[in-house]
Amino acid sequence: MTLFDTRVAPPDPFADPASGTATGASPDQPNRRQPDRAAAVEFVASALGSLAGIWLVFTLAGISAPFGLGVAWLLTFATVYGVVCWRLHGILVMKDRLATLAVWAGALSALIPLILVIVFVIVKGGAVVFARFPHFFYGDMSGLGANSPVTAVGAGPAIVGTVEQVAIATLLTVPIGILTATYLVDNDNWFSRTVASVVDAMTGSPAIIAGLFVYLVWVVPLKTSGKSGMAAALALAVMMLPIVTRAAQEVIAVVPGGLREASFALGAPQWRTISRVVLPTARVGLATAVILGVARVAGETAPVLFNAGGNAYYNWDPFHGQQDNLPLRVYELIQQPSANAIRVAWGISFVLVLVVLVLFILARLIGASNPARLLVPWRTARRRQ
Amino acid sequence: MTVLTPQAPVLSAVGEDTPIEVSQSHTPADRAFRFALVAASATVLFLLAAITLFLIVKGLPAARAAKQNFFLSVVWNPDGHHFGVLPLLGGSVAIALVAIVIAAPLSMACALMINELAPKRMRGILTGTVDLLATIPSIVYGFWGLEIVSTSQAGVAQWLAHYFGFVPFFQTPSPGEFVKSVFATGLICSLTIVPIITSVSREVMAQAPRDACEAALGLGGTRWGMITDVLLPFSRNGIVGAILLGFGRGLGETMIVVLVLSSANHLTPGILGPNGLGSIAKEITEYFVTGSNIEKSALILAGLALFATTLAVNAVARAIVLRSEGVTR
Repeated sequence: MTLFDTRVAPPDPFADPASGTATGASPDQPNRRQPDRAAAVEFVASALGSLAGIWLVFTLAGISAPFGLGVAWLLTFATVYGVVCWRLHGILVMKDRLATLAVWAGALSALIPLILVIVFVIVKGGAVVFARFPHFFYGDMSGLGANSPVTAVGAGPAIVGTVEQVAIATLLTVPIGILTATYLVDNDNWFSRTVASVVDAMTGSPAIIAGLFVYLVWVVPLKTSGKSGMAAALALAVMMLPIVTRAAQEVIAVVPGGLREASFALGAPQWRTISRVVLPTARVGLATAVILGVARVAGETAPVLFNAGGNAYYNWDPFHGQQDNLPLRVYELIQQPSANAIRVAWGISFVLVLVVLVLFILARLIGASNPARLLVPWRTARRRQ
Repeated sequence: MTVLTPQAPVLSAVGEDTPIEVSQSHTPADRAFRFALVAASATVLFLLAAITLFLIVKGLPAARAAKQNFFLSVVWNPDGHHFGVLPLLGGSVAIALVAIVIAAPLSMACALMINELAPKRMRGILTGTVDLLATIPSIVYGFWGLEIVSTSQAGVAQWLAHYFGFVPFFQTPSPGEFVKSVFATGLICSLTIVPIITSVSREVMAQAPRDACEAALGLGGTRWGMITDVLLPFSRNGIVGAILLGFGRGLGETMIVVLVLSSANHLTPGILGPNGLGSIAKEITEYFVTGSNIEKSALILAGLALFATTLAVNAVARAIVLRSEGVTR
């Protein structure tokens, strides 16, 4: 019996620390973790013993409170297990075991509700979507009523609206974002530093402000014809520009400096170096960055709230007339009191999660092993020399 | 193969590592391209300036009417000429604080679990799951929270109010009611924040030098000892930055607040029930389009306050993280 718990397999030193997802075995596999019977016995015995004790106390005292029983059991279990480990292995092992227990408990109690969200959306939304399968994807909202069946409606207008608005926002922001990212990676002066910090700060700015801004500068001056897919697209573009810039910056920063220098050494001017060497080298990463930006923006409700207007019927023209939008439709359905509206809202949430999931998997298939890394502000951001 | 004699010409002309001056000729195309780069970069600055300017100009009527009362008055009722932003800004901050108090420890646990405790073949899956969860739209979390969490949290809130009611925060502004509260809103907001903080702090922890961690284990330390004495000190700044980033997200969260929080704005400390603090994002969403001119102006001013607060939090977070990168490198 050792004093210290050193049976841990040390982390793989050959794993790429940046990706964190390396699963390939390294040439010299470190000692594998042996299953420790004694530790397992201590764990299970403490758990069962404390459960039995607490249950006995609660029964004798005549308390019937499942929640209280659970809390009391967890506390007693932690105490008993701690004391057992302390007496058998010493204080350090006790700390290690209890901390491990706490980390597992915390991680599971965070991850389980999050995964439950997806499960709920799939179960509740799937029931609506597959009640009349392809129809939900092309039907419109006009048939929604408290007494009409949910099979009468569909998310068609909302899907059209989201696709068109996000497409316009992408067309507006991606060229600007990529050019900005190129400039930020290549230069280190007061201007680039200012722009970089503004981009980072804007990445997390409140979505409602983007919506408010576009409402003030676009919808209000245009009066009745103001609310349109275009207005919603502009608001999404305000949100998207910093996100795409930030992600593109991350991707362009890892283009090897040698490639640029080789191009410059061959006499290529800057614009040819960037357009023929840097951007083609980074194209896979850039595609990932754009897809992630799209996934992020497609789910935003607040920017389109004042600007898209919502529409139960098809409107293919983003420039004229109000348009629908997936998150906006979810919001408007939740506001309605009827149970039918709530069911349809689950269905549209399902479509929304499906869109995000497909984009996410696409990003993961074509590009980075850890795509969401690109959405995180402030990382490397400077070209390696 | 020839043998190099000492007399063979060696590169001795360049003694120092000084770069050679190269005369670059900038073609017109190059200058145009350069201009395009700078113009594109200026767009985001222009955007920030335009947003700020527009909000200031449109908020000016309310600012003139409110003067210093904007930050001093405790009543928000623009039509009655009470322009105190505190019940709203306080509510936005309180929601973000509740969210971060719940989310920060849970995210730390998630990040440590994924990086250090989980079986190695699970790591990729878990990382991917967390990253996916960070992309799920907040309206979906808000909807789920409204349907499921907001009723089930009432029991916990009641328990807190019953046993910890002597703390001013753990009270309900309307006795007997425990739904639609700042607490419920913050709890649901923490769902959206946990994946973000986990993702960033997991990245930061993965950057800590592995050899130092292994040295700690090799010296006979426990895994927990390695985490507290090596891993966390190395990644402390990054983790603080990640938490601040999550705080910024909580401040800017709109849809969850709109869906869950009750429509009221009273400056009260109790966070466990309805009719307490309000929220800037909610107030703008619900009253902006229908409001009178002075109310619109006041809401724009409140929006400006929220925008400035969020930008400041993000800037501080960024500064902390960049400093940490400079230190560890």
